[in-house]
Amino acid sequence: MNQKWTFHIILILIALVGMGTAVMRHLSAGTPFLPGQEKSVWLVEARVDFDITEGPVSASLSLPDAQPPGFELFQEQAASPGYGFTVLGQGDNRRAEWTKREAEGEQSLYYSAQLVESDSDSASAAEAPSTTNEYNNYWENAQELAAKELLSLAREKSSSSLSLARELIKLLNSPSSQNAGLLRSDTLSQAELLIYFLNRADIPARYVMGLYLEDARRRQVLTPMVEVYTEREWLLINPKTGVVGVPSNLLLWHRGGVSVLDVSGGKNSRVHFSMIRQTVPAAQLAQVTKSDSIFSRLGVQRLPIEEQSMFKLLLLLPLGAAVVVFMRVIIGLKTSGTFMPVLIALAFLQTSLVEGLISFVLIVAAGLALRGYLSRLNLLLVSRIAALIVLVIFMISAFSIIGYQLGYSAGMAITFFPMIIIAWTIERMSILWEEDGPSEVLSQGGGSLLVAVIAYLLMQMPLFVHLTFNFPELNLVLLASILAMGQYTGYKLSELWRFRAMDDL
Amino acid sequence: MSKPWVSVKSLKEFGMLGMNCRNVDFINRYNQRKDFPLVDNKLKTKLLAQEYAVSTPGLKFVVSEQHEISHIEQQLADIDNFVLKPAKGSGGKGILVVTGRQGNQFVRSSGALIDISDIRRHMSNILAGLYSLAGSADVVIIEDLIAFDDCFMGYSHEGVPDIRIIVFCGYPVMAMLRLATAASDGKANLHQGAVGVGLALDSGRCLQAAQFGRPIKLHPDTGCALRDIRISGWREILLLASQCYDMTGLGYIGTDIVLDKLAGPQLLELNARPGLAIQITNGRGLLPRLRHIEQISINRRFRAEQRVDYVMRHFAEELSLAHSPDVG
Repeated sequence: MNQKWTFHIILILIALVGMGTAVMRHLSAGTPFLPGQEKSVWLVEARVDFDITEGPVSASLSLPDAQPPGFELFQEQAASPGYGFTVLGQGDNRRAEWTKREAEGEQSLYYSAQLVESDSDSASAAEAPSTTNEYNNYWENAQELAAKELLSLAREKSSSSLSLARELIKLLNSPSSQNAGLLRSDTLSQAELLIYFLNRADIPARYVMGLYLEDARRRQVLTPMVEVYTEREWLLINPKTGVVGVPSNLLLWHRGGVSVLDVSGGKNSRVHFSMIRQTVPAAQLAQVTKSDSIFSRLGVQRLPIEEQSMFKLLLLLPLGAAVVVFMRVIIGLKTSGTFMPVLIALAFLQTSLVEGLISFVLIVAAGLALRGYLSRLNLLLVSRIAALIVLVIFMISAFSIIGYQLGYSAGMAITFFPMIIIAWTIERMSILWEEDGPSEVLSQGGGSLLVAVIAYLLMQMPLFVHLTFNFPELNLVLLASILAMGQYTGYKLSELWRFRAMDDL
Repeated sequence: MSKPWVSVKSLKEFGMLGMNCRNVDFINRYNQRKDFPLVDNKLKTKLLAQEYAVSTPGLKFVVSEQHEISHIEQQLADIDNFVLKPAKGSGGKGILVVTGRQGNQFVRSSGALIDISDIRRHMSNILAGLYSLAGSADVVIIEDLIAFDDCFMGYSHEGVPDIRIIVFCGYPVMAMLRLATAASDGKANLHQGAVGVGLALDSGRCLQAAQFGRPIKLHPDTGCALRDIRISGWREILLLASQCYDMTGLGYIGTDIVLDKLAGPQLLELNARPGLAIQITNGRGLLPRLRHIEQISINRRFRAEQRVDYVMRHFAEELSLAHSPDVG
């Protein structure tokens, strides 16, 4: 009795450790318990085009900060054949640099970044900047006069640097104002004009470039914006409308610094942007964004993609094993070979259910027919099974080729079945057939297939795929339940039928 | 018409032993893994039985190598009848019974004639492990044919009737007679269609009988009334079964015993995982008796005779109270 109690306590502990770890992983790494909670990810691609003029080429493109307001950068790569690529600088000064010794004709360079929409709207708290008082002196007297008048007009109506900026925009926009008309010119954009006025009023302001994100847009260009420094932070203001703050769909691409694009050794350089909105399971994001936590270090996601997909299958096996235990211990279903159903279910995962079932039944049936002939040859057991393996492989190749010729790629699905297991299954079924008759073959074969199908149905559910892969520790809960079933001494469901005569006696 | 199932409640009332309970509470607990080969290998069982003076069909010879098969006819030369079986076979698989000769041919128990080449092939299959668990290599046992007792005249189709007794900690706890039928193809396995006749532990008389899990009254092939069965020399049989515990040390076993016309009860084989159908043929569950023995065997070190006397006394009372021979 005592032993039983300790056993139960250990079981509960195992299950608790599993669930506890899962909950901690959820809390610390943010991996969601349910699949399908998706965040949107923007895939933004910048394309730099230019024509080569001469000599070594180098192109330098300004890049967004790793954490631009409202977004979080989590992956970036460049695709530009033959070019050396590096990312230089940090924060606002990050630049992509492509270099190549020799090139000819039109060149296209690509840089793509994946950005997640993030909640943390990190308004860029910044150290007090030095006002860059670059007055330009090429204005004529009339223009200079108009500018002075405009500025004093705006000053009168405003109380803070922000309201001054807004007033300036209003004045610059008003179509009736002669002063504004005089100042609006081809040489300076509205944003540059605004910065000029603000700097002149000793208010730090800088030129930024933003990209409006709209799904599936191509050939987009950057929109000029102005950032005004007020009370220890930079505030974005739209120089056309005067709206303050970063719109949720605006990605700040270029801040301060020199220019957006510099190309040496080329001409006609221009940059375009295209973007798509993708939805990526939040689980996938959690792994990358919180990659420092201990849980993500112990997660399967740390492995290379190729191994990951293998683990995805491996980690599903305990579920299949638990199904087999349940079906045999609690339900009392007969299966041929203890865990053959799990292997069949794994094969179904790769083929899809109907195709898998059809090809499995086909192979086993054809194998049984061939085995009937083999048994007349009076062979030793080992060579008979070896011969069967060879024949099974021939059959599988034949099915695949015929299926392919007929246009069913389903024929190929058969190759996923574990050969040796199939050969043994055929051998056992055949002995069973000879000794206990076809009904026993049907009952055991049917039992195996039923268990395989149930295991498959569970193993392909997105929820279980998600849970076993992202929370491998939940398999401890399965382990506990398997152990618990191993101590189950009650009746099997099938025994209620088996002992049905007891009521009549 | 009876229900196609029985409730858990009434199974509990009957004290039916389920497979999970058998495996966890009895086989795992009372049978040491290291002792399993003693019963899974019939050759080992036979040699052990000879060591403990437990009667068993005489061993003629053993074939353990393929090359011996080529000159097997010399060894079979002076033998008219024999039983050929795999040492590790289970469920009566791979057993070949030769009852006599007709010229160069051998007569099987079914009456069919076979050649020496058929025997060679059969031996070769056995050696290759066709009948053994997991297909491991095996040996062939050739042993004396049982001249089975006349008391079973008319109760068996072809095969030898055998008596299965469950022995728990050396105490026989339940017994049944297994009769081959046409449906079971001369085999004495209940799931293959043999008739199981529950036997009273005190007297060896019939309690009731079942085939395919349903009660029957007459042998399906011969039409003989099963309730008339009464095994003679019952105490001796129980004694033989009980001794198997001392011999193997296995706490929960099924003993298969046959009655030879001359030599009396013979141990045919032992089973470390005896089936549960015996409960249906007895119309009662094993569990109350097993729990009873579990209780009393703690502080008793009985010899086989004392154990047999104990069960004949104790489990007989229960029987006469619960059942009359007319039922079933």
